Amino acid sequence: MERFNQTIEELYQEMIQTGSQQIPCRELRDQGMALFREKGIPHGKMEKWRHKAIDTLLVKPDQPFRPYRIQTEPSPYQPIDQVFKCEIKNIGTISYHLLNGWYVHQNKPLDVWENGVIVGSINAAYQQFPELVKKHFNQLDPEKQDGLIALNQALFTDGVFIYVPDNVVVETPIQIVSLVDTLQKLMIQHHHLVIVGKNSQLSLVHCNDSVHEENSFINNILEINLEANAQLHYYKMENKDAQSILVNNTFVNQAADSRFTSNMITFNCGYVRNSLEVHLNEEGADANLYGLYLVDRKQYIDNQVNIVHHVPHCTSNQIYKGIADDEAGANFSGHIYVAKDAQQTAAYQINRNIALTDEAKITTRPFLEIYADDVKCSHGATIGQLDENAMFYLRTRGICLRNARMLLMFAFANEIANLVLIEKLRERLNDMIKRRLSGELTICDQCMMNCADKENLIYDIDTTRLRS
Amino acid sequence: MLKIQNLHVSIHGKEILKGVNLEVKRGEVHAIMGPNGTGKSTLASVIAGKEIFDVTEGTITYKDKNIFDLSIEDRAREGIFIGFQYPVEIPGVSITNFMRTALNEIRTYRGLEPLGAAQFLRLMEEKKKIVELHSKLSERSVNEGFSGGEKKKNEIFQMAVLEPELAILDETDSGLDIDALRVVANGVNQLRSPENATVVITHYQRLLDYIVPDVVHILFDGKIVKSGPKELAMELEEKGYDWIKSEYEQSKLSGK
Ligand SMILES: Nc1ncnc2c1ncn2[C@@H]1O[C@H](COP(=O)(O)OP(=O)(O)O)[C@@H](O)[C@H]1O
Ligand SMILES: [Mg+2]
Repeated sequence: MERFNQTIEELYQEMIQTGSQQIPCRELRDQGMALFREKGIPHGKMEKWRHKAIDTLLVKPDQPFRPYRIQTEPSPYQPIDQVFKCEIKNIGTISYHLLNGWYVHQNKPLDVWENGVIVGSINAAYQQFPELVKKHFNQLDPEKQDGLIALNQALFTDGVFIYVPDNVVVETPIQIVSLVDTLQKLMIQHHHLVIVGKNSQLSLVHCNDSVHEENSFINNILEINLEANAQLHYYKMENKDAQSILVNNTFVNQAADSRFTSNMITFNCGYVRNSLEVHLNEEGADANLYGLYLVDRKQYIDNQVNIVHHVPHCTSNQIYKGIADDEAGANFSGHIYVAKDAQQTAAYQINRNIALTDEAKITTRPFLEIYADDVKCSHGATIGQLDENAMFYLRTRGICLRNARMLLMFAFANEIANLVLIEKLRERLNDMIKRRLSGELTICDQCMMNCADKENLIYDIDTTRLRS
Repeated sequence: MLKIQNLHVSIHGKEILKGVNLEVKRGEVHAIMGPNGTGKSTLASVIAGKEIFDVTEGTITYKDKNIFDLSIEDRAREGIFIGFQYPVEIPGVSITNFMRTALNEIRTYRGLEPLGAAQFLRLMEEKKKIVELHSKLSERSVNEGFSGGEKKKNEIFQMAVLEPELAILDETDSGLDIDALRVVANGVNQLRSPENATVVITHYQRLLDYIVPDVVHILFDGKIVKSGPKELAMELEEKGYDWIKSEYEQSKLSGK
């Protein structure tokens, strides 16, 4: 780890020298660096990292040390579709891209819409709208954060800033695509900020994809602020290379009567840790946190969900489902915290897992910490196999073993995908789930948003339903 | 078409079927009756291919093939259909997807083109009429939250879609009111043909008023102890299972 920490020191020097023009908030970086020196990379003895340590992934004990690099400046502009074929238009979003840690634009770091919506580079926003950004940017309690958060604060390059003013319903979903295209061993750290004003609504689709990559380490922070009666649907999709390490730290703060819905879908990864912390700060706030993970080979997915009911009359609902094949691993840690005064809280949590092999390692850790007495809380966690009786029944109708498994797995996964409200995205996802489960979808597909080749489906799931 | 000889089956070391003999020819309807727990469902499950049962002795041939050489799905593709006493609930799998996958796999096995979506939907509509199945039901997940009667109707509906050569219907009448019984029986009768055979398993005579059997068998203590014409069912209804029991015990004694 010493060698790793040494690299971080060097990168830090490099960043504050060469990258200084691009990047504001020097003070924040210094604080972050100091905190990182104190905390370091989390190790396997820490409670939240026990089931799967990250330090031994970042520095493999049995391999020669190769330092990570940071791309300290944006790549020269080129239209993103030259590097990346993505059929994003087909799901009807307006998309913005990040490449190797930098917001991609052609002399237009901030896009200001007619209705006042601002989308663009966080660095540019920090300079142009300091008031707006500083109020919400990096509002994280240093005491409570681990070394990875500190590392991001010290060395983040860029991120996306989205601001929706009060009383604006954004009809067209915004899509962020974070791309990695490099043959270097890159460390990429984004710090995104999303603000949805009073009574406003937004749908955000966020994809993490790779084109060519080798051993990248991605360590993101996303801060989301929902003001009174605001609504955000956040769809996160991950389809990464088996070598990559991806850590997402998402923090959500919700004001009165706001509604946050997240749907985190992981199709492929090397190691992914999705950490989601939601604070219900004012009465009437409602959070719906959904997740689906399909892992195989040696992939590992770690879901860390933390929901904090600070005040009365808030509701939260977590539904996470996963399937692990081969030697893959998955963890779900779901923490519900209900503060002493948070009466009339309703908080629910479900985690269901299917282990397809004996080698697949699944852990589930519900943790309810409740200090109020008038609450409705429930949780349920299962780790099981495909239902033998259902398999038998399907096969007695002439369906082969493979397709019977597929039908059951699809039904299992479909429950989460069906909670996606963007119709085209939902269709695409269901299609991708089908392909993923039949072993077709790998990182080799250039974009996770690719349409399936309709001719080559293993079996055809009929999405047209009978009506009469 | 179906020939069962000296079939012995046990589960967890306990013998349930103790030498069953049965032959069913094309065009015939057989009824198997008998009190609860005598192994009627076990017989159906073994024909379907349920793996928890151990076949310790005997043979089953179907269309001159050893049935134990066929996988569960190949038995279905060869034309066997079991209407289960307790159909399984499968959340998240719609009846439409289920039936389309099943039918197209069976068609492919038989060298037929799979049906396209439009053709398939037309077929569904047609078959739903046979069992007076509501459209709403076919959009739902397989058997999930269905009443007992709906589950039984759904079995007959599946049978109508898959058009088996040999249908074995296990207690399809239990839990049905008289209207549902009539609908189910009508469904079965519409699907009868000189090419196909049907075995109905029941422990009430009442279904046999609607589906008239050629032969009635009485299964008792793991064996077929008596076979006869349809009147046997009436006699059984009149005299009750105790009659069979005492006859069986006497024959056992005299056999010794
Ligand atoms: N899965 C099983 N495990 C253990 N015993 C079973 C199982 N299925 C059936 N049996 C036993 O086999 C016997 C016959 O049951 P079954 O075939 O269901 O009878 P029937 O259909 O004639 O009522 C019963 O004693 C029952 O307890
Ligand atoms: Mg039975």
